[in-house]
Amino acid sequence: MSPTARAGSPRCPPGQARPAAAAALRAEWTKFRTVAGPSWLLAGAVAVTVAVGVAAASVARCPSAGCGIDPATVSFTGIVPGQAVVAIAGVLAVGNEYSTGMIKASLTAMPRRLTWFFAKATVLTAPVLAASALAVTGAALAGLLILRGHGFTPAHGYASLTSATDVRAAAGAVLYLTLVAVLGLGVAATVRDPAAAIGLVLGVLYLFPLAADLVSNPTLARRLDQIGPLRAGLDAQATTGLKGLPLTPWQGLGVAALWSLGALLLGALVVRYRDA
Amino acid sequence: MTAQTVAPYHSPLSLERDSFWHLVHAEWIKFRTVRGWVIAVLVTIAAITAFVFVASGVSHSCVASGGPSACPVQPTGPGGVPVVDAFYFAHQPVTGNGMITVQVTSLTGQVEVGQSGNGAPEMGPGLQPWSKAGIIVKENTSEGSAYAAMMVTGSNGVRMQWDYVNDTPGLAGRVSAAAPRWLRLVRDGGTITGYDSADGTHWTLVGTAALPRLTSTVQAGLFAAGSYYESRSCTLDSNFCTRATGVFRHIDLSWRATGWTGTNVGGPSSGVPAPGTLRRSAGALTVASFGDIGPGAGTAYGGTGQSLQRALDGTFFGLIPLIVVAAMFMTAEFRRGLIRVSLTAAPRRGRLLAAKAVVIGAVGFVAGLATATLALTVGTPLLRRSGGLAWPVSLLSEARMVAGTGALLAVAAVLALAIGTIVRRSAPAVAIAILVTVVPYLLAFHSGSQPRGSGPGGGGGWPLQFTPAAALSVQQAVPQFHQLLAVYPLQAGYYPLAPWAGLAVECAWAAAALTVAFLLLRRRDA
Repeated sequence: MSPTARAGSPRCPPGQARPAAAAALRAEWTKFRTVAGPSWLLAGAVAVTVAVGVAAASVARCPSAGCGIDPATVSFTGIVPGQAVVAIAGVLAVGNEYSTGMIKASLTAMPRRLTWFFAKATVLTAPVLAASALAVTGAALAGLLILRGHGFTPAHGYASLTSATDVRAAAGAVLYLTLVAVLGLGVAATVRDPAAAIGLVLGVLYLFPLAADLVSNPTLARRLDQIGPLRAGLDAQATTGLKGLPLTPWQGLGVAALWSLGALLLGALVVRYRDA
Repeated sequence: MTAQTVAPYHSPLSLERDSFWHLVHAEWIKFRTVRGWVIAVLVTIAAITAFVFVASGVSHSCVASGGPSACPVQPTGPGGVPVVDAFYFAHQPVTGNGMITVQVTSLTGQVEVGQSGNGAPEMGPGLQPWSKAGIIVKENTSEGSAYAAMMVTGSNGVRMQWDYVNDTPGLAGRVSAAAPRWLRLVRDGGTITGYDSADGTHWTLVGTAALPRLTSTVQAGLFAAGSYYESRSCTLDSNFCTRATGVFRHIDLSWRATGWTGTNVGGPSSGVPAPGTLRRSAGALTVASFGDIGPGAGTAYGGTGQSLQRALDGTFFGLIPLIVVAAMFMTAEFRRGLIRVSLTAAPRRGRLLAAKAVVIGAVGFVAGLATATLALTVGTPLLRRSGGLAWPVSLLSEARMVAGTGALLAVAAVLALAIGTIVRRSAPAVAIAILVTVVPYLLAFHSGSQPRGSGPGGGGGWPLQFTPAAALSVQQAVPQFHQLLAVYPLQAGYYPLAPWAGLAVECAWAAAALTVAFLLLRRRDA
């Protein structure tokens, strides 16, 4: 028996071996679901998003026609703080590998680093997408029930709160939250330290709108609202006054996606070329 | 073989090294030897200072398009304070010392209650809380000149006011024919003293105003002003939609009388919907007018200046790196297992936490002092160039803004440290600290404005009253006045809490978090 013949017949023959990507996905999924942290974080994100949305909806009033309040924006107020929790989930997905030293075991088992990295990203995205859908549906339903009684009626110019535009706004909110998690993952893979990563992610998310509010030059403020991921992403959640927005809804989601994909790409490069 | 006596081990270190300050010193060495943390603190300082250049941009389009001459000009009073000075003044020139005494028997008013068929405003009876009528001694009849006045008001009783910002209460209650009010102003050189009385014989001192700018000849007389009151329902002028009417009897001047002249101070350009009137009847003079005499703060300020606080707007940008460092100062101990060494060296856990809080608090305070000094030094001339300052800021207020920024950063750092001790993981700790100190401002900025006519209180509502972000009020550079029922928006730099009260809210949060952190650190295994 020659050694070459033996090499082809390990315990699992080549024909039955799972493709590397599927194995990596399965491995990452096992990691994800057997740790309590991620589930708690995603449950927290849902709770924060719905609770703040309910609070915002219960104080919103539309006393007369043309009050200029976007009901979707009110219902989705919880996304402003809720995305921070989603960002933590994204940061910790990779950050924990580095802070616990798990990364060495992972890369020994999966030497193709990009396979590991994109499996990680995929495994993070799916549950975040589900949790975001839950959070957004909860916030939208709560908003629908509360806002009807607060003057957001057909008589005041809100013909329907379940039109195609509202569905688009909800879809935009779900996609936006998912993109935030991807942003967190990419930044964490780039800087590796969870504290620095979450500081950077929340800085990128919150400082653009703060700067836009604080600068006195309106042109610069509008520009900041266009390039920052938070306000751009919020444009995708608007249902009224679309003409006055700095970006159209899908452009806004595109800006947020560019940030996330950019971070993901940068993270992939660092994972691929830097010592773990 | 003799038994060897083993001398018990004595550390060569003296007992003195066990003191708290040595622990602080040890923590300081831990802090300054981590290069990333020192860089992050330098980023904090640089970010706050650098944002000055962005924040102090030109604020009003009139500067860019029509040149400064096209911009509205806010009249200013003594000391350069912006003022609202628009009222009807029935006056006569008086020279030297003397006094003026009147009896006010009625203060009534007219407010817009709706619109008639052709769109003209329909007036009905009504008064605002600070609608006023009374006697006044004023430097001259130009806008912004020095004055002192005794007046009856809509629902704030008798008041003495002078030089636009000062207000002192006298007799309470509404004036009526059955309960008239006697008012008196006595001039003695540069000092004017106000008295009130319910019967004209028993006088009570209300206040003393020092007006050093007064010349020998001044104008003394009667006035009325409906008061500044922002109302969305008025078509006349949203701010001056009330006309106050005062009825004066027993007018007595100790100076030689020369007859009344009527002047609309401020003129039509001040935004008053109609000029005031003076009516003479048997034994009485009736003065009626829109307008107000008072500070030009809040939405009553119509000029191009900005609050000096704009120079410190970068605080948010500095807070984030500082929070990251402060949280890591504790979470890194847990992550690396260093906490076990630290607690072996300092077994009293509370003291370790206290030493860390002292170090990170001091770092935040010094960083805040440095960056606020830099930002104000650079920002003041920049703001002056881009339209000026909305309100003159005293040296004491600037000192409060600088020290307050230091304290704000110090307390935020201690809060982040405490959160880091509680949750022990850096990412959630940093996120929570940022959520409670930075994000409330973002929510406050776009929350609905305060109810109109509610007076001081500032914008922002609960996010800036009950969260650690309330501490930003310590940077407030524009004052609020209880006697001016304007809207005080957050966008113009007005906060719902007084400067030190806001800082106290943040301190309370930090103290609570530190207490929980102490209890958990003592109870839990490290």
